Amino acid sequence: MSSPATLDALKSRIRLLERPSARGKGTVAFGIDQIDGHLPELGLPRAALHEISGGGPDAVHGAAASLFAAGILARLQSGLARPVLDRPVLSRPVLWCTTRQDVFAPGLACAGLHPDRVIHAVADDDTAVLLVMEEALRHPGLSAVLGEVARLPMTASRRLVLAAEKTGVMALALRRRPEGRPEEAGHNAAYSRWCVTPMPSSPLPVPGIGRARWQVELTRCRGAAPKTWMMEACDAQGRLALPAELANRPAASRRVA
Amino acid sequence: MAVDARAAALGLRAGMAVAHAQALVPNLAIEEADLAGDASALQRLAAWCLRHYTPLAAPSPPDGVWMDVTGCTHLFGGEEDLLTGLAARLAGAGIASRAAVADTPGAAHALARHAAAPITIDPPGARASLASLPPAALRLPDEALAALRTLGFDTIGQLMAAPRAPLAKRLGSAVLHRLDQALGSAPEPIEPAAPADMPRTRQGFPEPVATPEDLARITALLAERLCEKLQQRGLGASRLDLVFQRVDGVAQAIRVGTAQPTRDAAHLTRLLGVQIETVDPGFGIDSVCLSAPLTSALGARQDVSELCVPSRAPDLSGLIDMLMNRLGPDRIFRMQPVQSDVPERCLRAIRPLAGAEGAGWPDRLPRPTRLFTPPCRVDAVALLPDHAPVRFTWRKRPYRVRRADGPERVFGEWWRDDAETWAVRDYFRVEDEAGQRFWLFRRGDGEHEQTGDLQWFLHGMFG
Repeated sequence: MSSPATLDALKSRIRLLERPSARGKGTVAFGIDQIDGHLPELGLPRAALHEISGGGPDAVHGAAASLFAAGILARLQSGLARPVLDRPVLSRPVLWCTTRQDVFAPGLACAGLHPDRVIHAVADDDTAVLLVMEEALRHPGLSAVLGEVARLPMTASRRLVLAAEKTGVMALALRRRPEGRPEEAGHNAAYSRWCVTPMPSSPLPVPGIGRARWQVELTRCRGAAPKTWMMEACDAQGRLALPAELANRPAASRRVA
Repeated sequence: MAVDARAAALGLRAGMAVAHAQALVPNLAIEEADLAGDASALQRLAAWCLRHYTPLAAPSPPDGVWMDVTGCTHLFGGEEDLLTGLAARLAGAGIASRAAVADTPGAAHALARHAAAPITIDPPGARASLASLPPAALRLPDEALAALRTLGFDTIGQLMAAPRAPLAKRLGSAVLHRLDQALGSAPEPIEPAAPADMPRTRQGFPEPVATPEDLARITALLAERLCEKLQQRGLGASRLDLVFQRVDGVAQAIRVGTAQPTRDAAHLTRLLGVQIETVDPGFGIDSVCLSAPLTSALGARQDVSELCVPSRAPDLSGLIDMLMNRLGPDRIFRMQPVQSDVPERCLRAIRPLAGAEGAGWPDRLPRPTRLFTPPCRVDAVALLPDHAPVRFTWRKRPYRVRRADGPERVFGEWWRDDAETWAVRDYFRVEDEAGQRFWLFRRGDGEHEQTGDLQWFLHGMFG
């Protein structure tokens, strides 16, 4: 009974029953088979809400989480996003909405997110950020909307999901824990939830500092089990990479000058 | 007779007889007063204020301009910044000015003319500043002033303390009316002065309306009519004022701006609709006026056909307008690279819809995703002159550095400031035991004393 073919057939039938609007607007692939293969859509669906938070000591500032998000947005705009009906994805700007003005555009550019393509918005509080996100998601002229929030309640996230599904604009919520307060557990309507924690990088044979390493944790995803990967941080095109020793290949990409 | 500053230096005073002045200063240049010219110049000044500051501005002859700045001050950085900016702009145009902000037009009028400082901010609800002014500040006729002087009233405070009924009997109700206006117990509406060529449309009601639905409907109607007018003249509006006249004579205004000139009635209705809830209808509104104080030429444009694939990216100006009016005009921006090695100066905010230039920052320099402004002071232990720190303490927490890269030396920009001539920052990228990456810098190169005081700062965090 439980042959792979039957399972696949059942899965595809379930997928058809699920929200039809979330599909068919393309996905953003990570370009790494281990991650893409684990996700039911072979990437992050564009018309959905995804939550990203920093783990461990990075939960307050979310420096790694924002670079991870910038990588996704950069890939969304470059050719790595899978086009729908062979039409090229127009290079539309993204909206980056914050309450604190500490995001540093040259840092985002290091992950391939060009400053010409980022519109920054500064709002007073979480409620205003969520309102701005919803307003922006209803506008098809953007490719994605990212909001930095401390809390993401169920109702607000649901509204974001509906807006994103309607226009096909990707919604990213970057959770930042307020300083001196514990992590708030809670459910929301995000399609996938990610937690990015900085990890010690592998030592170089010479003094210096190599590519940063992250523990990328998929804590929740519709249609996929939670899983954790060890990854090397985004490069200048926003792509992650498997660490050389884990990928079981010679360290050819790690050149030292 | 009126005098300018140079004439005043010669000992002349306003109000002197011309013959007296000529006797004091031979070869005195005397101009005939041009009352009509003054009035029209004042009208133009009020129209300028209307365009740039608030939808409710009106001339206050012979020498003043009213501005109702309720709800507008945050756009100019607060009341004080608004007034200093306004005074500086007027001074740039050669106009000497005095200004005051107060709860009522009467009080502002009095403080602007009779307070000691050229710029006065009266805190809300304060009567003390008004009490110390002379009764002349109340805009009273000369005979009333003379009577007050005879009665021994030297300040408005004494007038406020005096019993009202005998006062009204002695001086007439005009004095008390002016006093009430200054204290806010009698209304004094400001009738905005719109220039004749400003596109505007007005709707009065036989019965006052008050429900938000009615206001939204009338806003849509007015926007449609205004857009027709703009269409006829080939104009697009980049600022709109919607003024509600309440039954009790109070005017309330909504002002919205657009990033690009537009005459899309649906879009303008949406922009105005967001702010309608800020209007307090009170006992009802009996007329509404929509005007476009800032316009520019906007030609006709062909609609995009459904047959062809759209070649241009979709228009974002609608969304940008919406967000700008919601958050404030300087809180939506894009970052543009600036050629500077100092991290906090290597970018500046530009308008979100400004043309893309494609310029970026140098690729090879790693930059953090979070930048702290100002940099956080840390205590670090490092070998001089050019070793990375081995440990540092930030917010009372110790961090042990496992790996580090640097220094990247940034020099002060001597062309900006003499104090920066020798300034040096040495930046280090460090990774702690947990894998977190920090951007630290030391003021000074560790060898020469004039380059800095060797204090360590945390400037950012890498992803």
